[in-house]
Amino acid sequence: MLEAAHLTCQRGERTLFTGLSFTLSAGELLQVAGPNGSGKTSLLKLLCGLSPPLEGTVNWQNAPVRGEDFRRNLLYIGHQNAVKEDLSALENLRIATDFAGEPLSDAQALAALARMGLAGREHLPAKVLSQGQKRRVTLARLLVSRAPLWVLDEPLTALDVRAVELIQLRLAEHLARQGMVVLTTHQPLQVPGVTPRRIELS
Amino acid sequence: MTINIFKFSSPATFYPLAGKLIPWFYGLAAILTVIGLYISFFVAPTDATQGEVYRIIFIHVPAAWMSMFIYLLMAGWAGLGLILNTRLSSMMAHALAPTGAMFTFVALITGAFWGKPAWGTWWDWDARMTSELILLFLYIGYMSLTAAIDDVRRADKAGAILALVGAVNVPIIYFSVKWWNTLHQGASVSLTRAPSMAETMLLGMLIMALAAWMYAIAAALSRVRLIMLEREKSSAWVQALLEQKP
Amino acid sequence: MGKLIATVIRRDLLLAYRRRADVLTTLFFFVIVVSLFPLGVGPEMKTLRLIAPGVVWVAALLASMLSLQRLFAADYQDGTLEQMLLAPQPLAAIVLGKIVAHWMVSGLPLALMAPLLGLQFNLPPAALGVLFLALLLGTPVLSLIGAIGAALTLGLRGGGVLLSLLVLPLYIPALIFGAGAVEAYVVGVSPEGHLSLLGALLIFSGLAAPWVTALALRIAME
Repeated sequence: MLEAAHLTCQRGERTLFTGLSFTLSAGELLQVAGPNGSGKTSLLKLLCGLSPPLEGTVNWQNAPVRGEDFRRNLLYIGHQNAVKEDLSALENLRIATDFAGEPLSDAQALAALARMGLAGREHLPAKVLSQGQKRRVTLARLLVSRAPLWVLDEPLTALDVRAVELIQLRLAEHLARQGMVVLTTHQPLQVPGVTPRRIELS
Repeated sequence: MTINIFKFSSPATFYPLAGKLIPWFYGLAAILTVIGLYISFFVAPTDATQGEVYRIIFIHVPAAWMSMFIYLLMAGWAGLGLILNTRLSSMMAHALAPTGAMFTFVALITGAFWGKPAWGTWWDWDARMTSELILLFLYIGYMSLTAAIDDVRRADKAGAILALVGAVNVPIIYFSVKWWNTLHQGASVSLTRAPSMAETMLLGMLIMALAAWMYAIAAALSRVRLIMLEREKSSAWVQALLEQKP
Repeated sequence: MGKLIATVIRRDLLLAYRRRADVLTTLFFFVIVVSLFPLGVGPEMKTLRLIAPGVVWVAALLASMLSLQRLFAADYQDGTLEQMLLAPQPLAAIVLGKIVAHWMVSGLPLALMAPLLGLQFNLPPAALGVLFLALLLGTPVLSLIGAIGAALTLGLRGGGVLLSLLVLPLYIPALIFGAGAVEAYVVGVSPEGHLSLLGALLIFSGLAAPWVTALALRIAME
């Protein structure tokens, strides 16, 4: 269970939001909406424990979101692709999962990349892939991650219709298995069988 | 500086308190300086080997002492701010840095002015002066790093780490410079800078050191007030303050 | 944890290998800087022999420092550093892996190249061995201490110059013991004292620096 209480976030001189509170339980999806610059990404970073809030707390299972034990339960995919241009899609995926403590064999990684529509391109250096393809390399982690809490910043950007469907399906699977998702997106979200909760930042 | 910390750890309450204390510290500094200089120039005896020139020691040594003491204070306040996440502690560290750098600079300049007449060179790379020079670099590093970071919280925390790393390194650097110096000088010359201490000389230096300390406190408090005003300018107490002024 | 460090080292070495040109520039910089000194000071053999240890060491400091930017900057820009901070692994271990890989690519080559340069400066052959050993012990120290500076200045404008300002004073003990070891040998004194002190510096920074660097990284990424 993820619990945010009375969060206040400031960037520079501007206070982005104050007194923000919510609780997220297993099987729930939280969509964070708001115009550009309203603090969506900053909120996600607070939830991951990357930065401390000016006021308020973020707790996971009643403990602060700090330390390896919390991070083992977290999958964060940010704005940036976190893909090394000089490494291949396969190398990138395997290193990412190694760091996450969920190592994959070559076969498993290749299968995941194939499901993401990257078959035949797994061994090319990522710099020759298109933006959408690079995004799909990162999103392949969604197919293999066992972490219960997913925090995703604009996961559907730069994806084509088929890929969007695939990700939405995967989100549904994850939620059905008692996972949790917090995400931001500019696009309409249709996760089968799930009504997202919404927070609007302004 | 440790009167009931928690009550005065909020900038809003510390600001007026500091304001009241500053003139007292400047006053003390002025009085002690007069006494110290009097002792330095009129009471302390003429040195057998160096004559009158040595009297610059009464500024040089206190300045050097203060430069090191303030660095430790600065690192301490910064570290406190890092661990306890208190804004005022970090502000004190920022406030102390320029004063500490100034004393370091004064120590270096007076050291050079002492060296020239006393043994013929403006600079002779001995262990203490070289370490003092490196200390100046450490101060400049702290001030540059904190100035380069726009986000105040990151600046405070990064500065704290740098100051603490510096503090840990100062003994190591001093030891290595001393080692370097003795190796290259050989056993032939051990430059004892200070003439053998007459009691009055020591007294003079101590009083000047105390004067420097009072000055440092006053300067740091003045500076921290300015820092407070700048950082908290959107808060209620600063707005009220600015409206009060005629 | 050993497996994690090995993964990180392999990753960074792979990345460095794919950008080999970058790596060689550090080495060439080292060679060029060392070669400038005779041009500035004059080719008199006795002088060169005297200044050789200091010159090689200062050049190594500068080359090492220039390469420090590469330690975290690329990972910071593409988001992989953020992922490292969120990995359920000790960040200090990841940092140690990166520092080791960085040293292997930027420090070790300097140590290997130095004896050749020492020859140009008329250092006696046995002294070249001491020079190599001193740099072998000292260049990791430079990478370790430099990592702290690189983490503190992550993403800042004027990063490179600021980094030098912060890190060069902290390099001084390594410089003194490292160059001193060679100078001692040349005058016929045992370099043992210097080398042990250098070794102590290595152990101390090896234990403390990854941990401090990890802390500095978290602060820089807040």
